[in-house]
Amino acid sequence: MTRLIVTARDGSRHHVEAQDGLSVMEVLRPLGIGITGECEGSAACASCHVWVDAAWLARLPEPEDAEADMLDCAFNTRAGSRLSCQLRVGPELDGLELAMPHA
Amino acid sequence: MSPLRTAAVRDVAVIGAGPVGLFTLFALGQAGLDALVVDALDVPGGQCAALYSEKPIYDIPGRPSVTAGALVADLVGQAAPYDPLYLLGRRAIGLRQEGEQFRIALSDGSEVGARAVVVVAGAGAFGPNRPPIPNLAAFEGTSLFYAVDDPARFRGRMVVIAGGGDSAADWAVILAGIAAQVVLVHRRPVFRAAPATLAAIERLVQEGRIRICAPRTLAGVSGTGARIEAVHLADGAGGQEEVAADALLCFYGLAKDLSALASFGIAAGAAGIPVAPASMQTMRPGVFAVGDVADYPGKLKLILTGFAEAARAAHSTLALLRPAAARHFEHSTSRGDPAARAANV
Repeated sequence: MTRLIVTARDGSRHHVEAQDGLSVMEVLRPLGIGITGECEGSAACASCHVWVDAAWLARLPEPEDAEADMLDCAFNTRAGSRLSCQLRVGPELDGLELAMPHA
Repeated sequence: MSPLRTAAVRDVAVIGAGPVGLFTLFALGQAGLDALVVDALDVPGGQCAALYSEKPIYDIPGRPSVTAGALVADLVGQAAPYDPLYLLGRRAIGLRQEGEQFRIALSDGSEVGARAVVVVAGAGAFGPNRPPIPNLAAFEGTSLFYAVDDPARFRGRMVVIAGGGDSAADWAVILAGIAAQVVLVHRRPVFRAAPATLAAIERLVQEGRIRICAPRTLAGVSGTGARIEAVHLADGAGGQEEVAADALLCFYGLAKDLSALASFGIAAGAAGIPVAPASMQTMRPGVFAVGDVADYPGKLKLILTGFAEAARAAHSTLALLRPAAARHFEHSTSRGDPAARAANV
């Protein structure tokens, strides 16, 4: 099992056991912290937008064009902004820290 | 498509002209019912038109690969023999009952009538993607815009354009020759636009007609009454800067909005609209829902699911509107070519 750590908008930290093979969006959505994944992982909405911890950013694959273009239409973006539906859970993500975007 | 002000009345009003809404028009036509369809977009196709018209779809039965745009064109053609009335560029915002008729209020101030309604709203009506900045609404239409109707309005003004796609880039170039100052704000220094537009931006930046603020994001707006005076930008590292401005144009693409359905009396919620899958009827008799917006246990949100639901809803609607009609069932092979039948009417 891969473990993810996500900080919700209220500041609470959630340690999540993530099944390898799922997208990070699919892991976070059941937590009810605001990830809705409305387009079901096709990088066609920004409802799974997360901030990836700066230390982790370089360890993730670069966003593809569709993800980068969709992030252009998201709000409260930062350097670590990603669509969590485009991040696939695997052992290399063990310990990944994320936060829900806010103003 | 027509600037219709008089109240149209059809057997059935379809709300939403996405792929499933279009097939609903066909299915209703096969059942012998005439229909009108309302959609917020100016073109039919819904998400297929607005979000991914160039993308191939691989799970339409009998179509191993078809682009969303081509699928929409074929669905429009398939429904055409039944001559549905398209009311595009306007949203359905209200539903009330008047005797045996439903009256549907539209966002352009008009109203249409029908004896049954099929809601095919997908993920919601498309509108501008508005930044979640609390005081923005006060400026909308006066000094904050999500589209440009009249470029001359910006003559001599200090304009901030937010966004990084074609709309932001195109308007930056056009307004650079009209406005006193154009500031282009984007989350990254990369803009997605035609090569000629990107070259024009580069030239206008060198000439001092456009200033690019990137990476920066919109953090807030301040002003007096409905007049913007400054736009606040965040640098993503905790810092903010203020840009003097008297107009802000936001181009963050489209957002989908289901909120208008909350007043329809069909229990529309976050999961969609609950329906009885055996009929596709909502809790309100005479109002049906199909496609992504319709919810029931085991629902699979696929276009092909919506097609089957549309056929189900058309049969339910016929039973409701023509209760005395013989329940004669005919396959389309027996019914024959819809275009030829339409020509004989």
